[in-house]
Amino acid sequence: MIEVKNLTKHYGITVAVKDVSFSVKKGEVLGFLGPNGAGKTTTMKIITCFMPPTAGTVEVGGSDILEDPLSVREKIGYLPENTPLYSDMTVESYLNFIAEVRRIHPRDRRERVNRMIETCSLKGVLKKDIGALSKGFKQRVGLAQAMIHDPKILILDEPTSGLDPNQIIEIRKLIKELGKEKTIILSTHILPEVSATCDRVIIINDGQLVASGTPEELQNRAAGESVIYTTVKADAAKVQTVFTSLGWVKKCSVESKQGERARFKLLATQDVSDPTEQLYDIAVKNGWMLSELYRETLSLEDIFLKLTTS
Amino acid sequence: MTVIRAILKKEFTSYFVSPVAYVLITIFLILSNWLFFNTYFLDEQASMRIFIARLPWIFLFFVPAVTMRVWAEEKKLGTMELLMTLPVKDYEVVIGKFLASFLFLLVCLLLTLSVPMTVAYTGDPDWGPIIGGYLGSLLMGTAYLALGLFISSMTENQIVAFILSLLVSFLFLIIGENFVLYAIPDWLVPLFEYIGFGSHFISITRGVLDSRDLVYYFSFIFFFLLLNVKAIESRKW
Ligand SMILES: Nc1ncnc2c1ncn2[C@@H]1O[C@H](COP(=O)(O)OP(=O)(O)OP(=O)(O)O)[C@@H](O)[C@H]1O
Ligand SMILES: [Mg+2]
Repeated sequence: MIEVKNLTKHYGITVAVKDVSFSVKKGEVLGFLGPNGAGKTTTMKIITCFMPPTAGTVEVGGSDILEDPLSVREKIGYLPENTPLYSDMTVESYLNFIAEVRRIHPRDRRERVNRMIETCSLKGVLKKDIGALSKGFKQRVGLAQAMIHDPKILILDEPTSGLDPNQIIEIRKLIKELGKEKTIILSTHILPEVSATCDRVIIINDGQLVASGTPEELQNRAAGESVIYTTVKADAAKVQTVFTSLGWVKKCSVESKQGERARFKLLATQDVSDPTEQLYDIAVKNGWMLSELYRETLSLEDIFLKLTTS
Repeated sequence: MTVIRAILKKEFTSYFVSPVAYVLITIFLILSNWLFFNTYFLDEQASMRIFIARLPWIFLFFVPAVTMRVWAEEKKLGTMELLMTLPVKDYEVVIGKFLASFLFLLVCLLLTLSVPMTVAYTGDPDWGPIIGGYLGSLLMGTAYLALGLFISSMTENQIVAFILSLLVSFLFLIIGENFVLYAIPDWLVPLFEYIGFGSHFISITRGVLDSRDLVYYFSFIFFFLLLNVKAIESRKW
């Protein structure tokens, strides 16, 4: 649905995006991660035809952003960063304005606007000036505006920033719901949000793509060596020798000791797929009492930190 | 067309939701009426010559105040990003905004019709110069508008837009005035006279419709609208 190839964008001498390529399939929800100034917003502005790239191409639903920007814009619903809105318009007149510019047939306009009012729970604030709305309601108006023409593609730049936890959950639910039939790119700084809503993640840092995959894939790939904690009731020295002799154990150390019980910390190399099962087998064979067996996996936060700090 | 109409409607309404518009209209009406009636009854002449002659100077402040926010505010608030990612062509937005400001100017001019009505009531005026005067003022005001809109699209600061528009409009106004023409080399005189608003304005307000004057105003307006489109595109550089 969206094909980004070798995208590069310079602002004067600043290079905001450097040779980024990725694609988003139909019906996929793509999470866009990266620290401040990574180039997320810039990439989105290019995909939505706000400004052209310095180099590279983007195709949206088969249309090139440079050759046919109007049809690209028609396919996309866009929620820009910080949700800019006309603060002197009422919610109702604003939605009608967008519907009109989007060339929604006058016959269907009423119905589309009403549906958005319902989806985004805007009934109570219809006659209010947008400038007088709370942040959360502005965000909803921004979402309503982005979805009014029922686009196939939604591009949302930090859709949950500045919302309270209830609203965050509500918006996430909405995105998840929409993601069933629409293609969505969303950027965020909240990592659990990615696991909660996205099918796939790409991480960019300093304008460059540093990782891409499903949240699980990223966790596994970036994990590298995993850490296993196990507590065994047996002769600590012997246990340690046995564990160390395993090919995939890089290091085995005693964490703590309590009577006969000892807690070990094992560093496993990347190429072993089922280290905990193997450890369990060994313990059973040797008749050791196993009271803990726990494999630590890296959280998305850890991966993010690992990939974006050098 | 749909897009132009939608933008025109939105922009035109937005003039009237802010109190600034009413303040502007009020000041405009008071100033134009006062400057006129101030001398009218002393003059004992049923003509609007003085009223028309002062409009360019009133427009000099009035029009930049109308145009200053049109683009600058969009840039400042970031709504530009919203607007220019809708399926619109750059020129459609430029035309929509221009037409809205033109309508606003037209409304303001229509509100001064009390003046010719008074003149007609108190005397027996020659209607040619009055109609010519209104047409000339409308053309000149529209030229100021095109210029002001272009300057507003160059900055995100409304005050800067106001002051720059005022200065540049002022330049176009005085460049063809006699005291400037005396000071420059002879061979430059026809050029300055042609570029300046003055000569064209005066001939139209005499009630003489010369195609050269119309061409001047229309190309002036077209030129600055074109620059406006280019300035909007410039975000792409
Ligand atoms: N209009 C601009 N002019 C010059 N430089 C810019 C402009 N917009 C962005 N940049 C620069 O481009 C880089 C990428 O910015 P961008 O806004 O895309 O980052 P981001 O990933 O969206 O960051 P954030 O998470 O803070 O929103 C930054 O170094 C920024 O300073
Ligand atoms: Mg951003």
